[in-house]
Amino acid sequence: MAISLYTRRVLTNRVGIFLSMCAMAFGLSALLWILWTLLSNGFSALNWAFFTQETPAPGSEGGGFSNAIVGSLLMLGVTTFVSTPIGILAGIFLAEYGDRSRFAQITRFITDMTLSAPSIVIGLFVYALAVATLGGFSGWAGSLALSLIAIPVVVRTTENMLKLVPTALREAAFALGAPRWKVSLAVTLRAVKSGVVTGVLLAIARVTGETAPLLFTALNNQFMSMDMSQPMANLPVAIYQFAMSPYENWQQLAWGGALLVALMVLAINVGTRILFRQTNLKK
Amino acid sequence: MMESATVELGSLAIALKVRNLNFFYGSFQGLKDINLDIAHRHVTAFIGPSGCGKSTLLRTFNRMYDLYPGQRAEGEILFQGKNLLDKKQDVNLVRAKIGMVFQKPTPFPMTIYDNIAFGVRLYENLSKSEMDARVEWALKKGALWNEVKDKLLQSGLSLSGGQQQRLCIARTIAVKPEIVLFDEPTSALDPISTAKIEELINELKHEYTIAIVTHNMQQAARISDFTAFMYLGDLVEFGRTDELFVKPKIVKTEEYITGRFG
Repeated sequence: MAISLYTRRVLTNRVGIFLSMCAMAFGLSALLWILWTLLSNGFSALNWAFFTQETPAPGSEGGGFSNAIVGSLLMLGVTTFVSTPIGILAGIFLAEYGDRSRFAQITRFITDMTLSAPSIVIGLFVYALAVATLGGFSGWAGSLALSLIAIPVVVRTTENMLKLVPTALREAAFALGAPRWKVSLAVTLRAVKSGVVTGVLLAIARVTGETAPLLFTALNNQFMSMDMSQPMANLPVAIYQFAMSPYENWQQLAWGGALLVALMVLAINVGTRILFRQTNLKK
Repeated sequence: MMESATVELGSLAIALKVRNLNFFYGSFQGLKDINLDIAHRHVTAFIGPSGCGKSTLLRTFNRMYDLYPGQRAEGEILFQGKNLLDKKQDVNLVRAKIGMVFQKPTPFPMTIYDNIAFGVRLYENLSKSEMDARVEWALKKGALWNEVKDKLLQSGLSLSGGQQQRLCIARTIAVKPEIVLFDEPTSALDPISTAKIEELINELKHEYTIAIVTHNMQQAARISDFTAFMYLGDLVEFGRTDELFVKPKIVKTEEYITGRFG
Protein backbone atom coordinates (compact mmCIF):
# COMPACT_ATOMS: atom_id res chain seq x y z
CA MET A 1 0.00 0.00 0.00
CA ALA A 2 2.65 2.41 1.10
CA ILE A 3 4.65 1.70 -2.05
CA SER A 4 1.76 2.41 -4.42
CA LEU A 5 1.00 5.65 -2.61
CA TYR A 6 4.62 6.63 -3.02
CA THR A 7 4.67 5.67 -6.71
CA ARG A 8 1.61 7.76 -7.32
CA ARG A 9 3.25 10.72 -5.64
CA VAL A 10 6.34 10.35 -7.79
CA LEU A 11 4.20 10.19 -10.92
CA THR A 12 2.14 13.22 -9.91
CA ASN A 13 5.38 15.05 -9.33
CA ARG A 14 6.67 14.18 -12.80
CA VAL A 15 3.42 15.19 -14.49
CA GLY A 16 3.45 18.46 -12.56
CA ILE A 17 7.01 19.25 -13.53
CA PHE A 18 6.32 18.35 -17.17
CA LEU A 19 3.29 20.65 -17.32
CA SER A 20 5.14 23.58 -15.79
CA MET A 21 8.04 23.02 -18.19
CA CYS A 22 5.56 23.19 -21.08
CA ALA A 23 4.09 26.41 -19.74
CA MET A 24 7.56 27.89 -19.35
CA ALA A 25 8.59 26.84 -22.84
CA PHE A 26 5.44 28.38 -24.28
CA GLY A 27 5.98 31.71 -22.55
CA LEU A 28 9.68 31.79 -23.20
CA SER A 29 9.37 30.91 -26.90
CA ALA A 30 6.93 33.77 -27.43
CA LEU A 31 9.40 36.14 -25.80
CA LEU A 32 12.37 34.81 -27.74
CA TRP A 33 10.37 34.99 -30.97
CA ILE A 34 9.63 38.67 -30.36
CA LEU A 35 13.26 39.37 -29.55
CA TRP A 36 14.42 37.43 -32.58
CA THR A 37 12.04 39.22 -34.94
CA LEU A 38 13.11 42.55 -33.54
CA LEU A 39 16.78 41.69 -33.86
CA SER A 40 16.60 40.29 -37.39
CA ASN A 41 14.48 43.16 -38.70
CA GLY A 42 15.80 46.03 -36.66
CA PHE A 43 19.49 45.36 -36.26
CA SER A 44 20.43 46.58 -39.74
CA ALA A 45 18.53 49.82 -39.08
CA LEU A 46 20.65 50.67 -36.05
CA ASN A 47 23.40 52.44 -37.94
CA TRP A 48 25.13 55.77 -37.42
CA ALA A 49 22.45 57.69 -39.32
CA PHE A 50 19.74 56.22 -37.09
CA PHE A 51 21.25 57.95 -34.07
CA THR A 52 22.33 61.18 -35.76
CA GLN A 53 19.68 62.11 -38.34
CA GLU A 54 16.19 63.40 -37.85
CA THR A 55 13.05 61.62 -38.97
CA PRO A 56 12.87 61.93 -42.79
CA ALA A 57 10.16 63.67 -44.77
CA PRO A 58 7.78 61.39 -46.70
CA GLY A 59 9.42 60.04 -49.79
CA SER A 60 12.95 61.08 -48.93
CA GLU A 61 15.76 58.58 -48.46
CA GLY A 62 17.71 57.87 -45.30
CA GLY A 63 16.97 59.65 -42.07
CA GLY A 64 17.07 58.48 -38.48
CA PHE A 65 15.39 58.71 -35.12
CA SER A 66 17.72 61.17 -33.37
CA ASN A 67 14.89 63.61 -32.53
CA ALA A 68 12.73 60.77 -31.19
CA ILE A 69 15.59 59.40 -29.09
CA VAL A 70 16.37 62.81 -27.62
CA GLY A 71 12.69 63.54 -27.02
CA SER A 72 12.13 60.19 -25.29
CA LEU A 73 15.20 60.63 -23.09
CA LEU A 74 14.15 64.16 -22.15
CA MET A 75 10.64 63.16 -21.20
CA LEU A 76 11.83 60.05 -19.36
CA GLY A 77 14.31 62.25 -17.50
CA VAL A 78 11.63 64.69 -16.40
CA THR A 79 9.36 61.76 -15.48
CA THR A 80 12.08 60.23 -13.29
CA PHE A 81 12.75 63.58 -11.70
CA VAL A 82 9.08 64.14 -10.90
CA SER A 83 7.90 60.66 -10.01
CA THR A 84 10.83 59.55 -7.84
CA PRO A 85 10.46 62.06 -4.98
CA ILE A 86 6.66 62.10 -5.09
CA GLY A 87 6.42 58.32 -5.27
CA ILE A 88 8.97 57.67 -2.53
CA LEU A 89 7.52 60.27 -0.17
CA ALA A 90 4.00 58.96 -0.71
CA GLY A 91 5.28 55.42 -0.12
CA ILE A 92 6.91 56.53 3.14
CA PHE A 93 3.69 58.21 4.18
CA LEU A 94 1.68 55.05 3.56
CA ALA A 95 4.11 52.72 5.31
CA GLU A 96 5.36 54.84 8.20
CA TYR A 97 2.79 57.53 8.91
CA GLY A 98 -0.64 56.81 7.50
CA ASP A 99 -1.02 53.20 8.54
CA ARG A 100 -4.78 52.84 8.85
CA SER A 101 -5.83 56.48 8.63
CA ARG A 102 -8.65 57.47 6.30
CA PHE A 103 -6.36 59.58 4.14
CA ALA A 104 -3.92 56.71 3.70
CA GLN A 105 -6.68 54.31 2.76
CA ILE A 106 -7.92 56.69 0.09
CA THR A 107 -4.39 57.23 -1.21
CA ARG A 108 -3.82 53.48 -1.37
CA PHE A 109 -7.11 52.95 -3.20
CA ILE A 110 -6.38 55.65 -5.78
CA THR A 111 -2.86 54.32 -6.27
CA ASP A 112 -4.20 50.85 -6.97
CA MET A 113 -6.75 52.25 -9.36
CA THR A 114 -4.19 54.26 -11.32
CA LEU A 115 -1.93 51.21 -11.43
CA SER A 116 -4.53 49.21 -13.27
CA ALA A 117 -6.01 52.04 -15.34
CA PRO A 118 -5.42 51.66 -19.10
CA SER A 119 -2.67 54.08 -20.08
CA ILE A 120 -4.79 55.56 -22.84
CA VAL A 121 -7.19 56.81 -20.16
CA ILE A 122 -4.30 58.59 -18.48
CA GLY A 123 -3.36 60.07 -21.85
CA LEU A 124 -6.89 61.35 -22.43
CA PHE A 125 -7.03 62.71 -18.90
CA VAL A 126 -3.85 64.73 -19.39
CA TYR A 127 -5.12 65.81 -22.80
CA ALA A 128 -8.26 67.23 -21.23
CA LEU A 129 -6.35 68.67 -18.31
CA ALA A 130 -3.25 70.16 -19.88
CA VAL A 131 -3.36 69.98 -23.67
CA ALA A 132 -6.85 71.23 -24.45
CA THR A 133 -6.71 73.97 -21.84
CA LEU A 134 -3.14 75.18 -22.12
CA GLY A 135 -3.14 75.34 -25.88
CA GLY A 136 -1.35 72.49 -27.44
CA PHE A 137 0.68 69.34 -27.32
CA SER A 138 3.96 69.59 -25.43
CA GLY A 139 6.82 67.66 -23.92
CA TRP A 140 5.66 68.79 -20.48
CA ALA A 141 2.23 67.24 -21.04
CA GLY A 142 3.92 64.02 -22.19
CA SER A 143 6.08 63.96 -19.07
CA LEU A 144 3.03 64.60 -16.91
CA ALA A 145 1.19 61.64 -18.44
CA LEU A 146 4.21 59.36 -18.01
CA SER A 147 4.65 60.56 -14.40
CA LEU A 148 1.05 59.72 -13.60
CA ILE A 149 1.76 56.18 -14.75
CA ALA A 150 5.12 55.90 -13.00
CA ILE A 151 4.17 57.41 -9.62
CA PRO A 152 1.81 54.64 -8.45
CA VAL A 153 4.43 52.01 -9.33
CA VAL A 154 7.01 53.81 -7.19
CA VAL A 155 4.51 54.38 -4.36
CA ARG A 156 3.57 50.72 -4.26
CA THR A 157 7.09 49.31 -4.33
CA THR A 158 8.31 51.81 -1.75
CA GLU A 159 5.46 50.99 0.58
CA ASN A 160 5.84 47.24 0.13
CA MET A 161 9.60 47.43 0.66
CA LEU A 162 9.25 49.54 3.82
CA LYS A 163 6.73 47.05 5.18
CA LEU A 164 9.45 44.39 4.94
CA VAL A 165 11.67 46.28 7.40
CA PRO A 166 11.68 44.32 10.67
CA THR A 167 9.79 46.08 13.47
CA ALA A 168 12.85 45.65 15.68
CA LEU A 169 14.97 47.89 13.46
CA ARG A 170 12.35 50.63 13.49
CA GLU A 171 11.91 50.34 17.25
CA ALA A 172 15.67 50.45 17.78
CA ALA A 173 15.84 53.79 16.02
CA PHE A 174 12.89 55.13 18.01
CA ALA A 175 14.51 53.83 21.20
CA LEU A 176 17.37 56.30 20.70
CA GLY A 177 14.88 59.16 20.78
CA ALA A 178 14.82 59.73 17.03
CA PRO A 179 11.76 61.53 15.64
CA ARG A 180 9.67 59.64 13.10
CA TRP A 181 10.88 61.50 10.00
CA LYS A 182 14.46 60.77 10.96
CA VAL A 183 13.71 57.09 11.54
CA SER A 184 11.98 56.86 8.16
CA LEU A 185 14.61 58.63 6.09
CA ALA A 186 17.84 57.64 7.81
CA VAL A 187 17.09 54.10 8.93
CA THR A 188 14.15 52.31 7.32
CA LEU A 189 14.36 53.86 3.86
CA ARG A 190 18.10 53.24 3.85
CA ALA A 191 17.54 49.63 4.83
CA VAL A 192 15.48 49.03 1.68
CA LYS A 193 17.39 51.42 -0.58
CA SER A 194 18.06 48.88 -3.32
CA GLY A 195 14.45 47.73 -3.36
CA VAL A 196 13.21 51.29 -3.73
CA VAL A 197 15.70 52.05 -6.50
CA THR A 198 14.50 48.89 -8.21
CA GLY A 199 10.95 50.20 -7.99
CA VAL A 200 11.97 53.47 -9.62
CA LEU A 201 13.85 51.68 -12.40
CA LEU A 202 10.95 49.32 -13.07
CA ALA A 203 8.59 52.28 -13.25
CA ILE A 204 10.90 53.91 -15.80
CA ALA A 205 11.09 50.67 -17.75
CA ARG A 206 7.33 50.50 -17.71
CA VAL A 207 6.81 54.00 -19.15
CA THR A 208 9.65 53.70 -21.67
CA GLY A 209 7.41 51.83 -24.06
CA GLU A 210 4.15 53.67 -23.34
CA THR A 211 2.63 54.95 -26.58
CA ALA A 212 -0.99 55.82 -25.92
CA PRO A 213 -0.45 58.52 -23.29
CA LEU A 214 2.14 60.26 -25.48
CA LEU A 215 -0.11 60.18 -28.54
CA PHE A 216 -2.48 62.58 -26.81
CA THR A 217 0.07 64.72 -25.04
CA ALA A 218 3.51 65.07 -26.61
CA LEU A 219 2.25 64.06 -30.04
CA ASN A 220 5.28 64.05 -32.28
CA ASN A 221 7.74 66.39 -33.93
CA GLN A 222 9.45 65.88 -37.21
CA PHE A 223 12.43 67.94 -36.12
CA MET A 224 14.92 67.91 -33.32
CA SER A 225 13.49 69.95 -30.46
CA MET A 226 14.59 70.39 -26.90
CA ASP A 227 11.77 72.77 -26.11
CA MET A 228 9.54 70.98 -23.62
CA SER A 229 6.68 73.40 -24.25
CA GLN A 230 6.44 72.30 -27.90
CA PRO A 231 5.23 69.00 -29.36
CA MET A 232 8.04 66.53 -28.89
CA ALA A 233 9.20 63.54 -30.89
CA ASN A 234 9.48 60.27 -28.99
CA LEU A 235 10.29 56.68 -29.80
CA PRO A 236 6.94 54.93 -29.21
CA VAL A 237 4.87 57.38 -31.26
CA ALA A 238 7.53 57.54 -33.99
CA ILE A 239 7.53 53.74 -34.16
CA TYR A 240 3.75 53.72 -34.36
CA GLN A 241 3.66 56.33 -37.10
CA PHE A 242 6.53 54.90 -39.16
CA ALA A 243 5.42 51.29 -38.90
CA MET A 244 2.01 52.25 -40.33
CA SER A 245 3.54 54.13 -43.26
CA PRO A 246 3.78 52.74 -46.80
CA TYR A 247 7.48 53.65 -47.21
CA GLU A 248 10.05 50.89 -47.02
CA ASN A 249 12.75 53.02 -45.32
CA TRP A 250 10.25 54.33 -42.74
CA GLN A 251 9.23 50.81 -41.79
CA GLN A 252 12.88 49.91 -41.49
CA LEU A 253 13.39 52.83 -39.10
CA ALA A 254 10.38 51.69 -37.07
CA TRP A 255 11.96 48.26 -36.66
CA GLY A 256 15.15 49.91 -35.46
CA GLY A 257 13.20 52.06 -32.99
CA ALA A 258 11.33 49.05 -31.66
CA LEU A 259 14.58 47.18 -31.15
CA LEU A 260 16.09 50.18 -29.38
CA VAL A 261 13.14 50.47 -26.97
CA ALA A 262 13.29 46.75 -26.26
CA LEU A 263 17.02 46.96 -25.58
CA MET A 264 16.53 49.96 -23.28
CA VAL A 265 13.90 48.14 -21.24
CA LEU A 266 16.06 45.02 -21.19
CA ALA A 267 19.05 47.02 -19.99
CA ILE A 268 17.05 48.60 -17.17
CA ASN A 269 15.75 45.20 -16.08
CA VAL A 270 19.17 43.56 -16.17
CA GLY A 271 20.54 46.58 -14.30
CA THR A 272 18.01 46.18 -11.50
CA ARG A 273 18.83 42.48 -11.26
CA ILE A 274 22.52 43.17 -10.87
CA LEU A 275 21.79 45.90 -8.33
CA PHE A 276 19.62 43.56 -6.31
CA ARG A 277 22.12 40.73 -6.41
CA GLN A 278 24.94 42.94 -5.20
CA THR A 279 23.00 44.23 -2.20
CA ASN A 280 21.80 40.75 -1.33
CA LEU A 281 25.37 39.48 -1.33
CA LYS A 282 26.39 42.21 1.08
CA LYS A 283 23.93 41.06 3.73
CA MET B 1 -5.82 39.10 43.27
CA MET B 2 -2.77 36.92 43.32
CA GLU B 3 -0.66 36.54 46.42
CA SER B 4 2.44 38.71 46.15
CA ALA B 5 5.46 40.03 48.00
CA THR B 6 7.84 42.93 47.41
CA VAL B 7 10.74 44.47 49.26
CA GLU B 8 11.50 48.07 50.04
CA LEU B 9 14.83 49.16 48.71
CA GLY B 10 15.62 50.87 52.02
CA SER B 11 18.46 53.32 51.80
CA LEU B 12 19.20 52.72 48.09
CA ALA B 13 18.60 55.55 45.65
CA ILE B 14 15.70 54.89 43.30
CA ALA B 15 15.89 55.48 39.55
CA LEU B 16 12.35 54.54 38.58
CA LYS B 17 9.25 54.31 40.73
CA VAL B 18 6.38 52.32 39.27
CA ARG B 19 3.05 53.01 40.95
CA ASN B 20 -0.31 51.37 40.23
CA LEU B 21 0.63 50.63 36.66
CA ASN B 22 -1.98 49.01 34.46
CA PHE B 23 -1.44 48.25 30.81
CA PHE B 24 -3.90 47.40 28.07
CA TYR B 25 -3.62 45.89 24.62
CA GLY B 26 -6.99 47.05 23.38
CA SER B 27 -9.34 45.47 25.90
CA PHE B 28 -6.85 42.87 27.12
CA GLN B 29 -5.11 43.84 30.33
CA GLY B 30 -1.40 43.01 30.03
CA LEU B 31 -0.22 44.42 33.36
CA LYS B 32 -2.20 44.50 36.57
CA ASP B 33 -1.49 47.11 39.21
CA ILE B 34 2.29 46.92 39.21
CA ASN B 35 4.19 48.62 42.06
CA LEU B 36 7.96 48.43 42.02
CA ASP B 37 11.13 50.45 42.57
CA ILE B 38 14.16 50.15 40.32
CA ALA B 39 17.38 50.80 42.23
CA HIS B 40 19.80 53.39 40.93
CA ARG B 41 22.93 51.84 39.37
CA HIS B 42 21.91 48.29 40.07
CA VAL B 43 20.68 45.51 37.82
CA THR B 44 17.02 44.58 38.10
CA ALA B 45 15.94 41.43 36.27
CA PHE B 46 12.44 40.51 35.16
CA ILE B 47 11.66 36.81 34.85
CA GLY B 48 8.54 34.80 34.20
CA PRO B 49 6.97 32.51 31.61
CA SER B 50 6.13 33.76 28.11
CA GLY B 51 3.26 36.20 28.05
CA CYS B 52 3.66 37.16 31.73
CA GLY B 53 4.09 40.84 30.85
CA LYS B 54 7.79 41.26 31.58
CA SER B 55 8.59 42.73 28.15
CA THR B 56 5.41 44.79 28.27
CA LEU B 57 6.54 46.29 31.57
CA LEU B 58 9.99 47.09 30.19
CA ARG B 59 8.43 48.75 27.14
CA THR B 60 6.41 51.09 29.32
CA PHE B 61 9.64 52.49 30.77
CA ASN B 62 10.57 54.14 27.46
CA ARG B 63 7.00 54.45 26.17
CA MET B 64 7.76 52.09 23.28
CA TYR B 65 4.10 51.10 23.28
CA ASP B 66 3.29 54.64 22.07
CA LEU B 67 4.15 53.49 18.54
CA TYR B 68 1.11 51.26 18.46
CA PRO B 69 -2.42 52.58 18.55
CA GLY B 70 -4.60 50.54 20.87
CA GLN B 71 -1.91 50.09 23.52
CA ARG B 72 -2.14 52.29 26.60
CA ALA B 73 -0.78 52.53 30.10
CA GLU B 74 -2.38 53.95 33.23
CA GLY B 75 -0.72 54.80 36.51
CA GLU B 76 2.61 56.38 37.25
CA ILE B 77 6.22 55.74 36.36
CA LEU B 78 8.26 58.38 38.17
CA PHE B 79 11.62 59.28 36.69
CA GLN B 80 13.53 62.30 37.96
CA GLY B 81 10.41 63.52 39.71
CA LYS B 82 8.17 63.37 36.63
CA ASN B 83 5.56 60.89 35.50
CA LEU B 84 6.81 59.32 32.26
CA LEU B 85 3.30 58.32 31.30
CA ASP B 86 2.14 61.95 31.32
CA LYS B 87 0.81 62.83 27.86
CA LYS B 88 2.75 66.09 27.95
CA GLN B 89 6.04 64.28 28.52
CA ASP B 90 8.23 64.47 25.37
CA VAL B 91 8.65 60.83 24.34
CA ASN B 92 11.87 61.38 22.42
CA LEU B 93 13.55 63.00 25.41
CA VAL B 94 12.46 60.08 27.58
CA ARG B 95 14.01 57.66 25.09
CA ALA B 96 17.24 59.61 24.99
CA LYS B 97 17.49 59.23 28.79
CA ILE B 98 16.23 55.66 28.94
CA GLY B 99 17.88 53.57 26.24
CA MET B 100 16.89 50.12 25.07
CA VAL B 101 18.68 47.08 23.66
CA PHE B 102 16.56 44.52 21.88
CA GLN B 103 16.39 40.77 21.54
CA LYS B 104 17.75 40.61 18.03
CA PRO B 105 20.79 42.74 17.21
CA THR B 106 19.55 45.67 15.14
CA PRO B 107 22.49 47.50 13.58
CA PHE B 108 21.37 50.31 11.32
CA PRO B 109 22.23 49.92 7.62
CA MET B 110 25.19 52.30 7.85
CA THR B 111 28.82 52.29 8.93
CA ILE B 112 29.88 51.23 12.40
CA TYR B 113 30.89 54.83 13.07
CA ASP B 114 27.53 56.20 11.95
CA ASN B 115 25.67 53.58 13.96
CA ILE B 116 27.18 55.14 17.08
CA ALA B 117 26.99 58.73 15.86
CA PHE B 118 23.34 58.48 14.76
CA GLY B 119 21.86 58.84 18.24
CA VAL B 120 24.46 61.37 19.39
CA ARG B 121 23.74 63.67 16.44
CA LEU B 122 20.08 63.80 17.41
CA TYR B 123 20.79 65.72 20.59
CA GLU B 124 24.31 67.10 20.42
CA ASN B 125 26.24 69.23 17.98
CA LEU B 126 29.73 67.83 18.19
CA SER B 127 32.77 68.73 16.14
CA LYS B 128 34.43 65.99 14.10
CA SER B 129 37.13 65.38 16.71
CA GLU B 130 34.63 65.41 19.58
CA MET B 131 32.47 62.93 17.70
CA ASP B 132 35.48 60.72 16.99
CA ALA B 133 36.26 60.74 20.69
CA ARG B 134 32.65 59.95 21.59
CA VAL B 135 32.49 57.04 19.14
CA GLU B 136 35.71 55.61 20.55
CA TRP B 137 34.48 56.10 24.12
CA ALA B 138 31.16 54.38 23.39
CA LEU B 139 32.77 51.47 21.54
CA LYS B 140 35.17 50.99 24.46
CA LYS B 141 32.22 51.00 26.86
CA GLY B 142 30.60 48.41 24.62
CA ALA B 143 33.77 46.25 24.73
CA LEU B 144 33.95 46.39 20.95
CA TRP B 145 36.65 48.99 20.26
CA ASN B 146 39.55 46.56 19.88
CA GLU B 147 37.64 44.47 17.36
CA VAL B 148 36.42 47.31 15.15
CA LYS B 149 38.85 50.20 15.53
CA ASP B 150 40.38 49.49 12.12
CA LYS B 151 37.09 49.13 10.30
CA LEU B 152 34.89 51.92 11.60
CA LEU B 153 33.77 52.73 8.07
CA GLN B 154 32.55 49.23 7.31
CA SER B 155 28.86 48.44 7.46
CA GLY B 156 27.49 47.56 10.87
CA LEU B 157 25.85 44.58 9.17
CA SER B 158 29.26 43.05 8.45
CA LEU B 159 29.82 42.22 12.14
CA SER B 160 28.98 38.89 13.77
CA GLY B 161 25.77 38.56 15.82
CA GLY B 162 27.50 39.03 19.17
CA GLN B 163 29.48 41.99 17.87
CA GLN B 164 26.31 43.51 16.44
CA GLN B 165 24.65 43.27 19.84
CA ARG B 166 27.62 44.98 21.51
CA LEU B 167 27.43 47.64 18.79
CA CYS B 168 23.79 48.18 19.76
CA ILE B 169 24.79 48.48 23.41
CA ALA B 170 27.55 50.96 22.53
CA ARG B 171 25.08 52.91 20.41
CA THR B 172 22.71 53.14 23.37
CA ILE B 173 25.50 54.16 25.77
CA ALA B 174 26.76 56.81 23.30
CA VAL B 175 23.79 59.09 23.96
CA LYS B 176 24.64 58.97 27.70
CA PRO B 177 21.38 57.63 29.10
CA GLU B 178 20.57 57.23 32.80
CA ILE B 179 18.90 53.88 32.42
CA VAL B 180 19.49 51.06 29.93
CA LEU B 181 16.72 48.56 29.29
CA PHE B 182 17.66 45.14 27.94
CA ASP B 183 14.91 43.05 26.36
CA GLU B 184 16.26 39.49 26.26
CA PRO B 185 19.58 40.75 24.87
CA THR B 186 21.26 37.35 24.61
CA SER B 187 18.48 35.04 23.49
CA ALA B 188 19.66 35.20 19.87
CA LEU B 189 23.35 34.74 20.73
CA ASP B 190 25.76 31.86 21.26
CA PRO B 191 27.12 31.08 24.77
CA ILE B 192 30.43 32.90 24.27
CA SER B 193 28.78 36.07 23.03
CA THR B 194 26.27 35.76 25.86
CA ALA B 195 29.07 35.61 28.42
CA LYS B 196 30.61 38.75 26.93
CA ILE B 197 27.34 40.64 27.13
CA GLU B 198 26.80 39.53 30.73
CA GLU B 199 30.30 40.68 31.61
CA LEU B 200 29.54 43.98 29.94
CA ILE B 201 26.32 44.45 31.92
CA ASN B 202 28.31 43.85 35.09
CA GLU B 203 30.66 46.65 34.07
CA LEU B 204 27.92 49.03 33.02
CA LYS B 205 25.94 48.82 36.25
CA HIS B 206 28.55 50.98 37.99
CA GLU B 207 27.47 53.92 35.87
CA TYR B 208 23.98 53.08 34.65
CA THR B 209 20.77 51.76 36.04
CA ILE B 210 19.94 48.53 34.27
CA ALA B 211 16.67 46.68 33.81
CA ILE B 212 16.81 43.38 31.96
CA VAL B 213 14.13 41.00 30.80
CA THR B 214 15.35 37.44 30.45
CA HIS B 215 13.76 34.05 30.01
CA ASN B 216 16.95 32.54 31.36
CA MET B 217 16.76 32.19 35.15
CA GLN B 218 20.43 31.38 35.52
CA GLN B 219 21.23 34.61 33.73
CA ALA B 220 19.01 36.58 36.09
CA ALA B 221 20.66 34.91 39.05
CA ARG B 222 24.15 35.61 37.67
CA ILE B 223 23.88 39.24 36.76
CA SER B 224 21.10 40.92 38.73
CA ASP B 225 20.90 42.51 42.16
CA PHE B 226 17.12 42.48 42.25
CA THR B 227 14.68 40.15 40.55
CA ALA B 228 11.02 40.53 39.78
CA PHE B 229 9.00 37.41 39.01
CA MET B 230 5.91 38.06 36.95
CA TYR B 231 3.01 35.82 36.06
CA LEU B 232 -0.06 36.54 33.92
CA GLY B 233 0.38 40.31 34.18
CA ASP B 234 0.92 40.33 37.94
CA LEU B 235 4.11 41.13 39.78
CA VAL B 236 4.23 38.04 41.98
CA GLU B 237 7.45 38.54 43.86
CA PHE B 238 10.09 41.22 43.88
CA GLY B 239 13.19 40.97 46.02
CA ARG B 240 16.94 40.78 46.25
CA THR B 241 18.14 38.22 43.72
CA ASP B 242 20.09 36.17 46.29
CA GLU B 243 17.00 35.89 48.49
CA LEU B 244 14.45 35.33 45.75
CA PHE B 245 16.31 32.43 44.22
CA VAL B 246 17.29 30.84 47.54
CA LYS B 247 14.27 31.52 49.71
CA PRO B 248 11.30 32.63 47.65
CA LYS B 249 8.41 33.91 49.76
CA ILE B 250 5.67 32.90 47.36
CA VAL B 251 4.85 29.35 46.31
CA LYS B 252 4.34 30.33 42.66
CA THR B 253 7.85 31.80 42.52
CA GLU B 254 9.30 28.65 43.96
CA GLU B 255 7.44 26.51 41.47
CA TYR B 256 8.76 28.60 38.61
CA ILE B 257 12.40 28.80 39.67
CA THR B 258 12.49 25.09 40.40
CA GLY B 259 11.19 24.43 36.91
CA ARG B 260 7.81 22.99 37.80
CA PHE B 261 6.12 25.16 35.18
CA GLY B 262 7.01 27.89 32.71
